[in-house]
Amino acid sequence: MRSGFLASLAFALATQPGAASPHPPQQQGERIASSWTTTTISGEGQSRGYVEYQKYCSACHGEGVGRPGTIALQAKYKDALPALLDKRTDLTPQLIKMYVRNGITVMPNFRKTEISDPELDRIVAYLTRNNRP
Amino acid sequence: MRVPPGVTPKDFSDAIEQWQEALGHEWVFTSDEDVDLYRDSYSPFWHEDIEPVPSSAVAPADVEQVVAAVKIANTYKIPLWTISTGKNLGYGGSAPLLGGSVVLDLKRMDRILEVNDKNHYALVEPGVSYFDLYRYIQDQGLKVWIDVPDPGWGSLIGNALDRGGGYTPLRDHFDAHCGMEVVLADGEIVRTGMGALPGSHTWQQYRYGFGPYVDGMFSQGNFGVVTKMGFWLLPEPEGFKSGTVAVRRHDDLVPLVETLNYLMNSNLVQGTTTIGSPLLASGAVRSATGGGAALVATPGGPSVEELEEIGRDQNLPYWNCQMNFYGPPKVVEAEWECAKEKYSKISGATFVEGPTYQLPYDPKDVDKLPKRQFGIPSLTIFGLMGRSEGHMWFSPIIPMTGEAVFEAQRVFGQAYHDMGVPAINQIFVFPSSFFPRSFVILCGFPIYHDVEKNRRSREVFRGLVKAAAEHGWGEYRTHTAFMDTVSDVYSFNNHALRHFHETIKDAVDPNGILSPGRCGVWPKGLRKAHA
Ligand SMILES: Cc1cc2nc3c(=O)[nH]c(=O)nc-3n(C[C@H](O)[C@H](O)[C@H](O)COP(=O)(O)OP(=O)(O)OC[C@H]3O[C@@H](n4cnc5c(N)ncnc54)[C@H](O)[C@@H]3O)c2cc1C
Ligand code: HEC
Repeated sequence: MRSGFLASLAFALATQPGAASPHPPQQQGERIASSWTTTTISGEGQSRGYVEYQKYCSACHGEGVGRPGTIALQAKYKDALPALLDKRTDLTPQLIKMYVRNGITVMPNFRKTEISDPELDRIVAYLTRNNRP
Repeated sequence: MRVPPGVTPKDFSDAIEQWQEALGHEWVFTSDEDVDLYRDSYSPFWHEDIEPVPSSAVAPADVEQVVAAVKIANTYKIPLWTISTGKNLGYGGSAPLLGGSVVLDLKRMDRILEVNDKNHYALVEPGVSYFDLYRYIQDQGLKVWIDVPDPGWGSLIGNALDRGGGYTPLRDHFDAHCGMEVVLADGEIVRTGMGALPGSHTWQQYRYGFGPYVDGMFSQGNFGVVTKMGFWLLPEPEGFKSGTVAVRRHDDLVPLVETLNYLMNSNLVQGTTTIGSPLLASGAVRSATGGGAALVATPGGPSVEELEEIGRDQNLPYWNCQMNFYGPPKVVEAEWECAKEKYSKISGATFVEGPTYQLPYDPKDVDKLPKRQFGIPSLTIFGLMGRSEGHMWFSPIIPMTGEAVFEAQRVFGQAYHDMGVPAINQIFVFPSSFFPRSFVILCGFPIYHDVEKNRRSREVFRGLVKAAAEHGWGEYRTHTAFMDTVSDVYSFNNHALRHFHETIKDAVDPNGILSPGRCGVWPKGLRKAHA
């Protein structure tokens, strides 16, 4: 299990003062779940799309200070539309995918090794969850 | 399907099949739709045929797959372009320099192999981002800090290999590395430094090992594919303090920088410092110069005396400099006192004391902290760049002296003027000590979806490279579009250094498959075409 492994690695490091490493650092380590966040998103009781949105989009489109996407969309739409993407109800799946795969101004496009098609589908489902049919 | 230059369609489709076999179909990208995702999002060649577009991309998951992918490329003499996280925006993004190259995308290799908070280092794979390592350290409660560049989504390895910089005492990212694993063009795996000694426990503790030290060759180079790298980390400091000194007169910059050198080179002030000018950045000066910030001295613009006059009227210091101190609170207080004492020799110097932080901080407070000085990754910088389709940087190194800053202001002001660039379009960031013992200055060039504007920017960029070189200044790093231009000015003794690089290139990569053209180093077969 990932968390168990990492916890035991940390434990090993913490309990061996001064030890160079518990094992020669050859091939240990496990894939980490990559994301552009400073905290691990727990996402309990939330959809995977919500979690993936937090992982890949919220550093720019979330709430709080210094979020470039939120700042730019506030300037673009003033009060006509919410500045937070996940409060919008007008974005179509095609449009969201177009922006993510083509980029827009300083938001670069994202490759499939960064955000896979299934991940993007789930992000789209999350962002369009409140759209009127 | 696009085909790499010099490769037959038959060979290329054979290679694709072999990559699919070795890496899995899913991780070999060949459709235009998928491969276009590797184009440079901030390309200065938008809508031009000369934009270097890759032919395909392959994404191995581990070292064995890297070896397999490289061997296949070597068999068919197919050019590869290696990226780690591929977010080299402003310097080429994830796109190759040579159109038709196959991108070797290491984003999937994202294992954190070790973090040690007793000897303070980490060993990571290329796909590990600053965000990833930061989160891991937080989650495990380890007592170390990382150093981050402004955008936190980049790779420790990719950034260090392009010799990027950050803000804390370990801000020179290549300098902070210790030990590498590299796959060579023939598929051989090499470990550098103590990594060459089987069973050594000091790969991330002693850099040099035994014999010639080769790590530097893999930075801004194209002699191998780096698959692991160690980095020294900062022990979590007990405190942090910042403070700013300001001086009134133009010529005060000379003693200001001289004192700064003394303090930084004595390790009394740590991390990146930036020279600022409340006066030149002020609205009053902007209106006097027709919208430009007068950071460069445009001929015909206001004179130093006139500017000093505005400074006196508006009570604005001509120059200032924020300094950072890391360590136990009583130590950083003492360092600040010492800095003030030294600067007080400049008559009229004034000081603004910043807060002293007691550390560790509460992770809930990250949004209230000076993130980059604390090694906290973010993407905030993307909100500070103005509205454009991206940008690229002209980033020369100049001497760390006030006189050199004056000369740079004059030289670049004249160069912009000669090339007809209006003041409002001159984006000139003040000198920063991103790297120890020198200043980098940054001139920004916005990118547009407009062929004429981008062509013009490229011309002006080349003009600045030349103007800089005539004064003995050269870029620390550059966009793929200008690698030949910049390499050309590093020409001592009839380009002896480039010839040496080429000799090595031909020996270790005789088929010229690894990142052809990177930083001006072309393999034999392509050298004439790019001379
Ligand atoms: C707004 C903005 C602010 C920026 N601020 C900073 C800053 O503060 N400091 C800074 O340093 N940069 C800055 N940059 C530039 C750039 O975004 C970062 O340096 C970024 O970290 C580089 O991208 P990356 O880490 O994904 O590296 P990559 O794109 O993965 O790698 C960079 C290059 O290194 C080589 N390379 C990568 N991996 C390997 C490998 N495994 N083996 C061999 N060669 C390899 C390749 O030639 C590649 O093109 C900024 C850019 C922008 C747009
Ligand atoms: C580096 C910061 C950044 C990241 C990360 C980012 N964006 Fe953006 N995004 C922006 C900015 C800035 C804009 C505004 C562009 C403009 O000025 O028009 C934007 C605009 C958009 C728009 C257009 C909205 C409109 O009505 O114009 C969409 C849709 C979008 N982003 C989706 C996403 C999704 C989905 C993700 C995550 C997969 C994401 N973005 C990640 C910065 C970012």
